[in-house]
Amino acid sequence: MSILGTRVVRTEDPLFLTRGAVYTDDLTDERLAGALHATFVRSNVAHGTVTSVDASAAREAPGVVAVYTAEDLGDLKPVPPPLPFLDAGFSRPWLVPVGGRVHFVGDLVAVVLTEERYQGEDAAEQVVVDIDPLPAVVTTRAAATDETVLFPEVGTNKVAAFGEPAPEDFFADCEVVVSRAITNQRVAAAPLETRAASAAWGEDGRVTIWCTNQGAQQAKGQIAGWLDLDPALVHLITPDVGGGFGAKIGADQEYAFVAWLAQQAGRPVRWSESRSENMTGMLQGRAQDQVVTIGGSRDGKVTAYSLEVTQDCGAYPRIGTVLPTLTMLMAAAVYDIPKVHAQATCYATNGTSIGAYRGAGRPEATAAVERAMDLFAAEIGMDPAEVRRINFIPAFTEPVQTSSGATYDSGDYEAALDRVLEAAGYAELRAEQARRRERGDVRQLGIGVSAYVEITGADSGHGTSENAELEVHPDGTATVLTGTSPHGQGHATTWAMLASEQLGIPVEKITVLHGDTDKVPDGGGTMGSRSLQQGGAAVHQAAVELVEVARKRAAELLEANPDDLEVDLANAGLSVKGTPGTGVTWAQLAADEQLIVQTTFTANAPTFPFGAHVAVVETDVESGKAVVTRLVTVDDAGTIINPLLAEGQRHGGIAQGVGQALLEEILYDEDGNPQTSTFADYPFVSATELPSFELVEMATPTPMNPLGAKGIGEAGTIGSTPAVQSAVVDSVAHLGVRHVDMPATSMRVWRAIREAQNSGAQKGSTN
Amino acid sequence: MIPAPFDYVRVSTVDEAVAALAEHGEDAKVLAGGHSLLPIMKLRLAVPSVLIDISGVQELSYVRVEGDEVAIGATTRHHELEKSEVAQAEVPLLPHVASRVGDPQVRHKGTLGGTVAHCDPASDLPTALLALGATVVVQGPSGRRSIPITEFFLGFFETAMEEGELVVELRVPRTGAGGWGYEKFTRRENDWPIVAAAAVHLPDGSTGVALANMGGVVLRASAVEAALAEGKSIEEAAELAAEGTSPSSDMHADAEYRSHLARLLTKRALKVAAGETGASTAESTAA
Repeated sequence: MSILGTRVVRTEDPLFLTRGAVYTDDLTDERLAGALHATFVRSNVAHGTVTSVDASAAREAPGVVAVYTAEDLGDLKPVPPPLPFLDAGFSRPWLVPVGGRVHFVGDLVAVVLTEERYQGEDAAEQVVVDIDPLPAVVTTRAAATDETVLFPEVGTNKVAAFGEPAPEDFFADCEVVVSRAITNQRVAAAPLETRAASAAWGEDGRVTIWCTNQGAQQAKGQIAGWLDLDPALVHLITPDVGGGFGAKIGADQEYAFVAWLAQQAGRPVRWSESRSENMTGMLQGRAQDQVVTIGGSRDGKVTAYSLEVTQDCGAYPRIGTVLPTLTMLMAAAVYDIPKVHAQATCYATNGTSIGAYRGAGRPEATAAVERAMDLFAAEIGMDPAEVRRINFIPAFTEPVQTSSGATYDSGDYEAALDRVLEAAGYAELRAEQARRRERGDVRQLGIGVSAYVEITGADSGHGTSENAELEVHPDGTATVLTGTSPHGQGHATTWAMLASEQLGIPVEKITVLHGDTDKVPDGGGTMGSRSLQQGGAAVHQAAVELVEVARKRAAELLEANPDDLEVDLANAGLSVKGTPGTGVTWAQLAADEQLIVQTTFTANAPTFPFGAHVAVVETDVESGKAVVTRLVTVDDAGTIINPLLAEGQRHGGIAQGVGQALLEEILYDEDGNPQTSTFADYPFVSATELPSFELVEMATPTPMNPLGAKGIGEAGTIGSTPAVQSAVVDSVAHLGVRHVDMPATSMRVWRAIREAQNSGAQKGSTN
Repeated sequence: MIPAPFDYVRVSTVDEAVAALAEHGEDAKVLAGGHSLLPIMKLRLAVPSVLIDISGVQELSYVRVEGDEVAIGATTRHHELEKSEVAQAEVPLLPHVASRVGDPQVRHKGTLGGTVAHCDPASDLPTALLALGATVVVQGPSGRRSIPITEFFLGFFETAMEEGELVVELRVPRTGAGGWGYEKFTRRENDWPIVAAAAVHLPDGSTGVALANMGGVVLRASAVEAALAEGKSIEEAAELAAEGTSPSSDMHADAEYRSHLARLLTKRALKVAAGETGASTAESTAA
């Protein structure tokens, strides 16, 4: 029986549960003996000119070995923006010099090295930084005016623009047109492990850097580039990682800084940030203002859809600048809409920089079009599930090109909706909703339906690939090296399953290694739900190739025809077909000559997982508080290798999506001061806010890789956010509410009810 | 997230605590459960030079009946109050409210005296104590004195305690089977309340009503209490809940919404206290 598709328990967990993980800050490596501790002095002003930095008192503080200000940086060059088309004027200094500008609360001004970590926090307080405040640009609306320009050398806050305006007559032939401005708010990635890095220089002139990240090879390349080092001199190691969600893709400037500081000090240096530091310093996500316009006929057919995105890039534009292009690519989503228009404009603001966050551009597309579908359904008085059904792209097994330019691999969106509606008992839910509305209950029922398709492994087809190395050892064990970078996903289990499937070696005897650039020089890391379809496929390919190598070797030993040999589970090796126990073992095959395969798998195109979610909420219409009571989801990610782990990805994704819909939002005051920089103020979702999820199975394989697998890491988030938002709106729709922005807090819901009723009382019209 | 340097003194009796407070003066802070004090020290919003740890003062950990009152020692943990059979029988509002504080970790460390002395306007137990008309017993260099709780909470994190005093006991009336209700409105179950309302029928026939997070301190809903005393209906009385309050506007809620919640939660707490339950009570029912 195949091990694939079975619920193999995570092989990582015994260590995690007994010893605990070893995160970057936990390392006790001897190379870090006697390490100094770095503490950064950060701007507490969002926008302003530094007028003085006085480190003299700090230099005399207990335990201080050195304090660096911008004057002490030697020939370090500011770090250019990470995208080649961005103006070099957006470069970020290592430390903002006197006369220079700070651009967000958290910008770096000085750094202190101390013998002990606690001394660093005491000493950092002694660095006196004076900043002349400038007006803060907190919203993209303010940024667009260019009344205050953040980077005078650039001359404008506009960072980039994609797409053209829609033709004026775009909706001219539509019977019904609905338009609304909506917000996809700024949220924190908030991994439980905050950022951390350590560095030690060896006598051989090489530096070893340990840091928490989602791909060692990319992080290494960036750090070497920023510090102008020969990459061969950089050895980067990724210890256990406690969550990333996209915000740990690549390296952050602090990581490179730690390496530079270690070189300057001639001693190893460690750094680990506090939660408050993380909540202002780490990349954040989403941050789009959108205008959706949808048009069609009263019988439910949508014929034109427009999405205008305004992206907040934050202070120093990074990868978030190009995420709207994914939003635009996926604008049409699961729908067969004849005319789709999308465009985006991106602005710098005095907020934390925006990066990738679970879904990264695609949730924004789904949230927009699903809101639009609901608005359209409400306008024509049709059930929102029915409107979706009318407009779905029909089931397909050959690639389909969409109006917004994507080429989907395989999908059956209507089947996903059918399954989820049936599992949810949609008709009965609507009946119960009607009863409660009839009775005028305080607790009203809301039912939200979302359908989604997203793009995973989006780097596929652009010449990127993933590699795997597989070796069987003379003791009968095996080792997999992978260029992916698990940080909670469970690759050690799944990759071992993929090797075990071909070799017959039990997963307990297969070790999966990653995140050491000396051992795995190349790799794309783990992001964008790419790992299984690229890295897993590479492991599968390596295992197939290794069996071929072994088959030839065994044929010689056994004087048999290679075609007559097969993997023999009982014998842990290869035997002549039909005569198990008669062949050679893996141990014998690996004894005389190394039994190893290195291979590269290149996916020709991305994959497009899809699904449908039903969220049920109960809303207290007197207080406005909505409680999620059910979440029923279909998340079709093609062939599932390990259902246990796939379900775990769905659980986490769904939960994070609910958090955005109901609770989470990074807020600044008008001066750009963060209002949500602790976990007391920033409410990510917890188990007490969530029902048990009802997961419905569906698997439509992709032809794009031999596993038939699509990505599953982000799908849950993409489906649940609009479903929950829609459910909240639906729960109070009978009171005249058509829209509530995210997060749909109780205050927002209460106010929406009141405004709808006031406006209804005045003119009897809709909200 | 590391506190500024401080000295640490651990005491085992009230007398030692008072002596230590006298010795270290206004730079000292009393540490009990630490779940309010330590976070603000880590953020360096509080920088005491000495912590006097009273969490080991056994003589202050008790819940007992004394005459027509229940006396509760200051280092009684929320969890102990929640599980106290004496409290459950004599003043059931308090163990219920204790069960709604934070999460289990907080309830196993936090103390009743600590939450009263800390004087956070959003605190659960001070709100309940205010509705009950409790008496705060403090002890200092010149001995013990009793302060009516209505005179104890003076302002934002400011109490009627003098320098060198610490809270040693809370005394509340025995309400027995009299009705009570506590309505706590949060974003998430474990959060601080955006607004909370406590209502309790007192032995003298009156109804005590108090609100959390409707101003710089926990507040008595005096207008509501007066209206009830005049025989007004729950609905009529609850409409007055925001009178005399000064709720803040912050990222969690603005003043207008808080005022609305104060009226709504007061109405609900009073109805629960009166034994009227139904669709409008705070507990959720699954679909």
